[in-house]
Amino acid sequence: MGTFAIETSGLKKSFGKTHAVAGVDLAVSAGGVYGVLGPNGAGKTTAIRMLATLLRPDAGEAQVLGYDVVRDARAVRSRVGLTGQFASVDEDLTGVENLLLLARLLGYSRRRGRERAGDLLDAFGLAEAADRQVKKYSGGMRRRIDIAASLVVTPELIFLDEPTTGLDPRSRNQVWEIVRGMVAEGTTVLLTTQYLDEADQLADRIAVIDHGKVIAEGSSGQLKASVGAGSLQVRLRAPGQRAEAERVLAGVLEVQVEPSADPAALSARISDPERVARSLAELSRSGIDVTEFALGQPSLDEVFLALTGHAAEETPEETPEETPEEDAA
Amino acid sequence: MNATSTEQASAPVTEDALRGALAGERPSNPGPVLTSLTFGWRALLKIKHVPEQLVDVTMFPIMFTLMFTYLFGGALAGSTQEYLQFLLPGILVQANVMITMNTGITLNTDIQKGVFDRFRSLPVWRPSPLVGALLGDVMRYSIGSAIVITLGLILGFRPEGGAVGVVLSVVLLLVFSFCLSWLWTMLSLILRTPNSVAGVSMMVMFPLTFVSNIFVDPKTMPGWLQAAVEVNPITHLATVVRGLMHGSVPAGEIGWVLVSSVLLVAVLGPITMVLYRNKK
Repeated sequence: MGTFAIETSGLKKSFGKTHAVAGVDLAVSAGGVYGVLGPNGAGKTTAIRMLATLLRPDAGEAQVLGYDVVRDARAVRSRVGLTGQFASVDEDLTGVENLLLLARLLGYSRRRGRERAGDLLDAFGLAEAADRQVKKYSGGMRRRIDIAASLVVTPELIFLDEPTTGLDPRSRNQVWEIVRGMVAEGTTVLLTTQYLDEADQLADRIAVIDHGKVIAEGSSGQLKASVGAGSLQVRLRAPGQRAEAERVLAGVLEVQVEPSADPAALSARISDPERVARSLAELSRSGIDVTEFALGQPSLDEVFLALTGHAAEETPEETPEETPEEDAA
Repeated sequence: MNATSTEQASAPVTEDALRGALAGERPSNPGPVLTSLTFGWRALLKIKHVPEQLVDVTMFPIMFTLMFTYLFGGALAGSTQEYLQFLLPGILVQANVMITMNTGITLNTDIQKGVFDRFRSLPVWRPSPLVGALLGDVMRYSIGSAIVITLGLILGFRPEGGAVGVVLSVVLLLVFSFCLSWLWTMLSLILRTPNSVAGVSMMVMFPLTFVSNIFVDPKTMPGWLQAAVEVNPITHLATVVRGLMHGSVPAGEIGWVLVSSVLLVAVLGPITMVLYRNKK
């Protein structure tokens, strides 16, 4: 097996007519963070559920930490942690009860389990909320207790399925800190996300997945290079000048300029940030007033546009009842 | 508001604290009995935190006992006192059998909420979350039974079988209920929402409990209905409970109940586990 924490070949899973995962090949090295980036319904959760032994693949092979996910499911289960897209702890129980329950199930004595639960609650800043029912937790606290629940026995590999979706920036930063902390301690993290900046911040390598297939794989630098340096957004005072502004920008930037949905706005994918300042100067020389401009990292949409030629779209038929794992509650 | 204020007050996650928390040992995996009991403990904690869920084991049997005794007692048996002697063991059966439905609804809610995935991803004996939930339910059945019997005694129910007969009949009832619960566990793995589980369970339970000898002696029913009553396992269970409480020990019928209990688990258990393993 070598040094790979996860290795899959031709992994497939369908629900009815929907090919949720349509042949995924991954090779994830041990240590560090591996990001799986894709829109809702791309098959990220389905893939993770197969790797975590919750779902049987229809076809293909998958080995996690050297164990086959079907034949050695139990060996896999005792070595990995799983944190689902939505808090998967018992919300009727308190924080400490949830952790104690898991500690007992994983073989801790009552006394050691209680200590372990206390340590985790302290480490995750939940000590004060220990005796409160989880359903009364805020979104960020819930995500933290959920991650803590996956760490009762420190796993060699942890799956984090969209750990920051729906969190405010402060809670998101806390989750990122936790992820970095886990990596520093030698745990391998497989993280799915819809946000390019999250993958960029955390992941050493990223697989971009769309319609159940890996469409690009590499470091974040490699991916971004394939997309361009980012995008320029410009908003004009007078919507009537948009056509002229488009011409001016296109002339300086030497790329295609797209009108936005906002009738006074334009955007352009840029390859050379140097030219941006010149293009703005050129606009003002032409008598076109700019009220706002922004230079942003390429968004997931732009990555998708660049990689697939279509925008990142949700796959509606895969969402609600057919695949509860992509579903909210 | 409450939650937010605590979050503000709570210490941020520090890398040092995290390091301490991560340097954990790896205890050996516990056996099936311990994990099942631990899941049973979870069910008890849920009763503690959500006592409202005991409505079905408290209000429901009380309501039925009072309604049937006083509405129909006079008409069916000449006097409410006399009818109570006949009805109470039956109500006890009905209450327990009805309470078993809760098992499926609870499990389906777990599936919807995602906590089910957490349990399935643990390296524990696979049936233990299900067995544990059923063990917790045995506690509910015991509470329900105690309430019905206490109410009966207050109203004038006098079991001729004495305390021993009552206890034996309750034990038998718990065994049967535990086994029947597998039916609802299986259903909850097939149906999508807790509501549909509740709906289908009701559809099965109503005819099953009413087309039996729980409320009336089947002699007054038309022949075809008597035949249906005769094959209904609930009839046999009610006969056994009634017999034990009133001092006659129907050995054949007891055997029948035990055999059907074993059959329920032997057939439904493996099907349930296959569904559980392959649950999406």
